[in-house]
Amino acid sequence: MTTVHTTPLPPFQRVFDDHAASVLAFLSGAVGVSEAEDCFQETMLSALRAYPRLVDASNLRGWLFTIARRKAIDARQALARRPTPIADPDPGSSPDAHLEPDEELWDQVRRLPAKQRKAVVLRFAGDRSYPEIAEAMSTTQDSARQSVHEGLKKLRRDRA
Amino acid sequence: MTVDPVLATRFRERAEAANLLDVAMTTMDTPIGTLLLFATPRGLVRISFESEDRDEVLGDVAAHVSPRILEAPRRLDPARRELERYFEGALREFDLPIDWTLTGPFARRVLRRTARIPYGSVASYGDVASDIGTPRGARAVGNALGSNPIPVVVPCHRVVRTGGAIGGYGGGLPRKRWLLDLEGG
Repeated sequence: MTTVHTTPLPPFQRVFDDHAASVLAFLSGAVGVSEAEDCFQETMLSALRAYPRLVDASNLRGWLFTIARRKAIDARQALARRPTPIADPDPGSSPDAHLEPDEELWDQVRRLPAKQRKAVVLRFAGDRSYPEIAEAMSTTQDSARQSVHEGLKKLRRDRA
Repeated sequence: MTVDPVLATRFRERAEAANLLDVAMTTMDTPIGTLLLFATPRGLVRISFESEDRDEVLGDVAAHVSPRILEAPRRLDPARRELERYFEGALREFDLPIDWTLTGPFARRVLRRTARIPYGSVASYGDVASDIGTPRGARAVGNALGSNPIPVVVPCHRVVRTGGAIGGYGGGLPRKRWLLDLEGG
């Protein structure tokens, strides 16, 4: 009945405290801020459900991010299936007026290459510092800075 | 770096609704220091004193009850209310469901017997040993009491040595003395 663990599992509360913020920031990047919260709850619940059967507790962060990535893919597929709302006919407004400027921007962010998208979102939606971004993306600070820079450049180009 | 408390609360509620909150945990300030309280859906499973190593206590509950431990004060409200009144001297008998998961069969017999020692009185280790049918088991009784996972509520502080010596206590002797004084005064 009991699983033998190589490393003892810490209480789930500690896993939550240690990683919730970066999981949420990652999801904001992957699915957009408005969908991120649901995705976050689904990720944490799945993790909690599976937690007692987890054999290797040496990389809890990696384990959590694997679940988050899966939930993000599910959420994006669900979003793609959702019918596009038709804007109220409003003569005089531009064809794109039903789109909030923010949403439009997030759409562009979502279309960025994965690395740039993550870095930009961690930086501006997650308000993370470069050392934190580097850690979350398992890369160097220089490379994190570079990804943010490239991402912003592409966004500016797309909007021009 | 933490998330919005609203998100954390919602997660806790959803975990509970999905029957995934195996162990709820909270802290409580009392005259004998901060207590850490743990409850499963079945009842109170562990109370620890601040003199105990917090990580060790958490690790023990995670390994022997469940690692699905979350800070969730609501489930512990009844225990907290009764303990508050007990520490004010206004409650003499706890009426709380207990989860005995952390106790082996012998210790469970010892602790159930201990739970029947009335408020304000004491029994000796030998008394408890003979009452549970092991008259020569005073030392084993002492060990079982020393590993009481639910002190205060299961009043192992009411077991003392014959001849008036106070005996031992998992939470340290000053706490045992304080509790006996509260109940005696």
